[in-house]
Amino acid sequence: MQRTTMDLWVGLFVAAGIGALLVLALKVGNMGTYSAAQSYRLMGNFENIGGLKPRAPVKSAGVVVGRVVDIQFNPETFDAAVTMSIDSRYQFPKDTFASILTSGLLGEQYIGLAAGGDEIMLKSGDKIMKTNSAMVLEEMIGRFLFNKASESNGDKN
Amino acid sequence: MPRRIVLGIRGVGHRVIESVWRLGRASRFFMLMLLKSGISLRRFHLIIREIYFTGVLSLIIIVVSGLFVGMVLGLQGYETLQKYGSESAVGTLVALSLVRELGPVVAALLFASRAGSAITAEIGLMKATEQLAAMEMMAVDPIARVVAPRFWAGVISMPFLAAMFSAVGIFGGYLVTVVLIGVDEGSFWSQMQNAVDFRYDIVNGVIKTCVFGVAVTAIAVFEGYDAPPTAEGVSGATTRTVVTSSLAILGLDFVLTAFMFRGMS
Amino acid sequence: MTSETLVEINDLNFSYDKRAILKGINMTMPRGKVIAIMGGSGCGKTTLLRLIGGAVAPSSGYVKIAGQVVHELSRDELFQMRRKMSMLFQFGALFTDLSVFDNVAFQMREHTNLPEAVIRDLVLMKLHAVGLRGAHKLMPAELSGGMARRVALARSIALDPLLIMYDEPFTGLDPISLSVIGNLIRRLTDALGMTSIVVTHDVQESLKIVDYVYFISEGVIAAHGTPEEVRDSVAPFVHQFVHGEEDGPVPFHYPANSYASDLRLGGSFA
Repeated sequence: MQRTTMDLWVGLFVAAGIGALLVLALKVGNMGTYSAAQSYRLMGNFENIGGLKPRAPVKSAGVVVGRVVDIQFNPETFDAAVTMSIDSRYQFPKDTFASILTSGLLGEQYIGLAAGGDEIMLKSGDKIMKTNSAMVLEEMIGRFLFNKASESNGDKN
Repeated sequence: MPRRIVLGIRGVGHRVIESVWRLGRASRFFMLMLLKSGISLRRFHLIIREIYFTGVLSLIIIVVSGLFVGMVLGLQGYETLQKYGSESAVGTLVALSLVRELGPVVAALLFASRAGSAITAEIGLMKATEQLAAMEMMAVDPIARVVAPRFWAGVISMPFLAAMFSAVGIFGGYLVTVVLIGVDEGSFWSQMQNAVDFRYDIVNGVIKTCVFGVAVTAIAVFEGYDAPPTAEGVSGATTRTVVTSSLAILGLDFVLTAFMFRGMS
Repeated sequence: MTSETLVEINDLNFSYDKRAILKGINMTMPRGKVIAIMGGSGCGKTTLLRLIGGAVAPSSGYVKIAGQVVHELSRDELFQMRRKMSMLFQFGALFTDLSVFDNVAFQMREHTNLPEAVIRDLVLMKLHAVGLRGAHKLMPAELSGGMARRVALARSIALDPLLIMYDEPFTGLDPISLSVIGNLIRRLTDALGMTSIVVTHDVQESLKIVDYVYFISEGVIAAHGTPEEVRDSVAPFVHQFVHGEEDGPVPFHYPANSYASDLRLGGSFA
């Protein structure tokens, strides 16, 4: 085997390998969507974050506009302080609602932003005042049973 | 009766001590080889030659196996997901399975069987035909000249082979589900891209592959060098390479997976 | 006639696993001579070569080459010394993945910085000395046993060593190749002024070409002398070996019970 032919094959091999790695990284993974784009921070306090995790998407009208960056427990207010990174292209008014929603029936949880009508926009570091916590299954069942019980009580009366 | 039990225990103890002693020899050999790798890195064409024999010649089996594994994953995944109406998630299934587990592990197993055994046989035969002794008499260190280049070639080849396995596998899954069965192409790729994270899945997969590459090649090279210089010796060493490498791959896979995917719920 | 000693072996003892393989060996080998070491299989001849080459260290005693004690050398010094000596292995031990040319050029490429043009000339000269210049493109797998050994010989003289050790160079060769190798050993030793140590049990071939013979039996030197002295020797072991007698100090029968008792004759039943 001539040395030059061998070098050629090895070079092709390495190139193909790097190509495969790139394909995996860009086409298969979501490295492409890791925007190096400008972003700004928004905070929100939630009573219960449910199954929300860091890097979960932040969507508005179903479109991904940012990511959850950090979730911390606030020992003073005893709720969860969530930090979001929002794409700078999108501005939201001050009275935006932030809710924790579930995609599909059993899917992962994300933050949905529903814009209000205020003229003043949220700036970097601002806090979203209106938040809706995640639905926790046990609470819903409890509420349902309670409602049912009070209904039947009402019927009796 | 008690005498036979005592003999049995003595036999087990003897075997354990032998294995521990062997492991010590293997570790010392490994360190020695790393120390002497300077020559192979300086005369890189030695490594390139070995990359040809271990990497390039393994391409066919890797690519064909990857294709088939991907196609089977696609078929089986579709079959099950369709019952829950989630057949568009088959892209995610194929990609995650391959990138996280099957790519690194199966590629490493195939590499051990094809390239690992070849390396062991080659070094073992060189020992049996006194070529290594001749090299020593010529004041050329066989560990630096013969063993180290093969080790580095294996370590370099493995990540590329595993990446190609995964890529071809995903393509195989695509072929079967989108082209043949008719799953929506858009959702196939978009769901996959949403689910596969570069840092957690792909990089972890590559790390696994590198670890497997080091383990398999180190075992192959040691077994060859340590083989008794006879026909039975070399064939036994080749078998041991494949068996020990496979066990090491699966064991390391468990350890690495536990470390890496612990944080994900 | 130079009598300067190249190799001196003094009271050499070597044991392996508590078994004594060599006991109290004394030898002196002058420069420019061909010395044969003969003995039955497993008597320690190959071990002796390995001791001279520094592959193993003696239990006691020493081997001196050109005044340096071999087993006391550091790893680097040992490698330096090995460049001045060569070993011809029993079946050639050619590197199977290199061509004949590359095999002979191996040492030159590894240890010298000679340009490829010079190496090419040297390799062809060495191959010419063994008569295989035209075979330089072949691979070892394509060579016959005799040709392989000749190539290995060319490889051994690549860097013009002071000392060559031959491990059973005559084994398994046809009569033509036998005499070719024998003559080559003699001619090269004389031409290059080096010392050759030939370990063999081919009596006829070696007695034709060597200057001195040592006989080893059961780890000690049983006899030594010039080829004429050895041929005329009446010492039982030497006589049996040289004349190829079936029975003598080395018995024909492996130790066993008496023949009668093994065949269960003479009244001992079951």
